[in-house]
Amino acid sequence: MTQVALIDYGSGNLHSAERALREAVTLAGTSHEIVVTDSPEAILESTRIVLPGVGHFADCAAGLRARDGVVDALNEAVLKEGKPFFGICVGMQLMATAGLEDGYTPGLGWIKGTVDLIEPGEGFRIPHMGWNGLNFTRLTPHPVFADLGEDPHVYFTHSYAMKPDNPADVVATADYGVPIVAAVARRNMFGTQFHPEKSQKTGLKILANFLQWAP
Amino acid sequence: MSLKTRIIPCLDVKDGRTVKGVNFVDLKDAGDPVALAKAYDSQGADELCFLDITASHEGRGTLLDIVSATAEQCFMPLTVGGGVRSADDLVALLRAGADKVAINSAAVADPDVIARCAAKAGRQAVVVAIDARKVENHWEIFTHGGRTATGIDAVEFAKLAESKGAGEILLTSMDKDGTKSGYDIPLLKAVTSVVNIPVVASGGAGSVDDMPAAVLDGGATAVLAASIFHFGEATVADARRALAEAGAPVRPL
Repeated sequence: MTQVALIDYGSGNLHSAERALREAVTLAGTSHEIVVTDSPEAILESTRIVLPGVGHFADCAAGLRARDGVVDALNEAVLKEGKPFFGICVGMQLMATAGLEDGYTPGLGWIKGTVDLIEPGEGFRIPHMGWNGLNFTRLTPHPVFADLGEDPHVYFTHSYAMKPDNPADVVATADYGVPIVAAVARRNMFGTQFHPEKSQKTGLKILANFLQWAP
Repeated sequence: MSLKTRIIPCLDVKDGRTVKGVNFVDLKDAGDPVALAKAYDSQGADELCFLDITASHEGRGTLLDIVSATAEQCFMPLTVGGGVRSADDLVALLRAGADKVAINSAAVADPDVIARCAAKAGRQAVVVAIDARKVENHWEIFTHGGRTATGIDAVEFAKLAESKGAGEILLTSMDKDGTKSGYDIPLLKAVTSVVNIPVVASGGAGSVDDMPAAVLDGGATAVLAASIFHFGEATVADARRALAEAGAPVRPL
């Protein structure tokens, strides 16, 4: 039995992510156990880690830091031990150096860059809310995006977006007048601005791919 | 490749049962909101909306159970509204599995409720539902299921809701609701031209052919409908086709 740690730090989409991950286990045909936890020990015992997130960057960062030892355990498991990591929405944004929503809030600093308000230009509403298509930035899509079929669409709901310093960290964008960063990846780290847990079959397939990903 | 028009079936729920859903195709129990939600999920609905019209306190717990059971089986966005009074009500619904919560009367009575909800859960989770009716030369907000006139201008209130932290407006025309004569395009235009948050068109859909105008002329980013879907007159796929043929962007399925 291999354990996937789903980090519980008060995020509103925790249970949706949990349900979707369980469904993804069935879809992938793996034997992963999904463990909802804020225990550093459980994080270190797990083979994969998922960080959900929704709402406000600073609130989420504060919630994560309020859990004793969790940030240290994440750094150990993800940066040092190279365990596959999936950040969802604000869980992805937290991988950045900092968030600029209502002031400067340091993130985990795993992917250099900031999280700032979307500036989509004339005629585009904020939040960016609804289904949008994924544009893959690599000729061969990232393994977590394997076999999604033609023109896959996923569900977004956000006003802020990540801007990695290194364009190579971006693996998918969405078109909203300007390209919005939809997914980032670096070595064993992966994150989506959209909500796979709310993106029906496409989202479940992405989660199932993550469970089988061997970076 | 851009943001797509959302097609949102809306289920009215009373004491744990769907009302109006009497003639749904291939469904053993059309009164079961979870079964209906699953049916719409498999039809490819872009989002679901539950509006709770339960008056009793006991019914609220039942609503949370329904939301939870739906979220267990449908991996799609879910908006829940009806009887939400406070940020605590909102949080309870989000915990049960809702992604967005619609606030109506409570927001009209005290617009700061919107700010408190947005502070608690982020503005993307806060939908302000506005029920409006034309009175002389403007649209006025009516609350409590359209029974209570408030004297508040709907367009001005939409602007206020946005400034307080609403992430979306669910705009229902009380004049059009139930008439099956199409969405209220002038009302939609009046609101979408003054706010920069998404606006969901509601009230009046008589067929899927009414939907493109709400988007292309009214500026709505989503269309909500109840009876045309529940009575099996149209499927979500029909709506998608009608929108696409008229040139509104839809999700390919």
